[in-house]
Amino acid sequence: MNEDLIFHFDVDGSDFTSAGQASVQLKKNLRQLGISPDIIRRVSIAMYEGEINMVIHANGGEADVAVTETDITITLRDKGPGIKDIDLAMQEGFSTATDNIRSLGFGAGMGLPNMKRYSDSMEIDSVVGEGTVITMKINL
Amino acid sequence: MTVSEFANKNGLTCLCLPEGEREIEGAYVGDLLSFVMGKAQSGDAWVTIMSNQNVLAVAALTDVACVIFAEGVKPDDALTQTAKEKGINLLACDKDAYGICLMLSACL
Repeated sequence: MNEDLIFHFDVDGSDFTSAGQASVQLKKNLRQLGISPDIIRRVSIAMYEGEINMVIHANGGEADVAVTETDITITLRDKGPGIKDIDLAMQEGFSTATDNIRSLGFGAGMGLPNMKRYSDSMEIDSVVGEGTVITMKINL
Repeated sequence: MTVSEFANKNGLTCLCLPEGEREIEGAYVGDLLSFVMGKAQSGDAWVTIMSNQNVLAVAALTDVACVIFAEGVKPDDALTQTAKEKGINLLACDKDAYGICLMLSACL
């Protein structure tokens, strides 16, 4: 029986300029596994948006990426402020990012919508004041 | 046309060309990184005025052929150094994005 491959990443919330490192590393890992470029692209975008969200809103967090024969599942966990209104947060263009974050090219309100668009399924489990867990699955 | 040939032909500043022989296959213009992430294609020349470190992560993830900084934007040395290590081609130009697109259009 094959064991699932799991990649673990700690996302550092203190250094905004290094955000994206986990996604770039994941892309390399998936390329080494021979995953198709289209799948890698979707996983990378979903992961990057999640990573950026954790840095902007939650002072970092953790990401686990499980690769099986049938799918890739990304689980993002943070201990941030939680998402008050998930339906609102899912709307394209809605963002609570600060002007400073926007000046760096983020805060377009496309993060969560992009994550949903590029995954086959996405679940958000968020408790205000405790944190957020997002699970995204991309079928192989 | 390769990134190196494009830069030479049009007189762009080569900040670093670790993979200058890469072909430019298309182009994308944008500064909002989520849009760039979702839209830029592998092999594109990406024209932007953003010059922070996150540009490199987006360039690496989208696998663009090069990043072209428009409007005379100059990134700091640390960014150029990191780009060199990551194999990301960086060009710079005083023209605005439209002017750069015209040059790209003539070469594609």
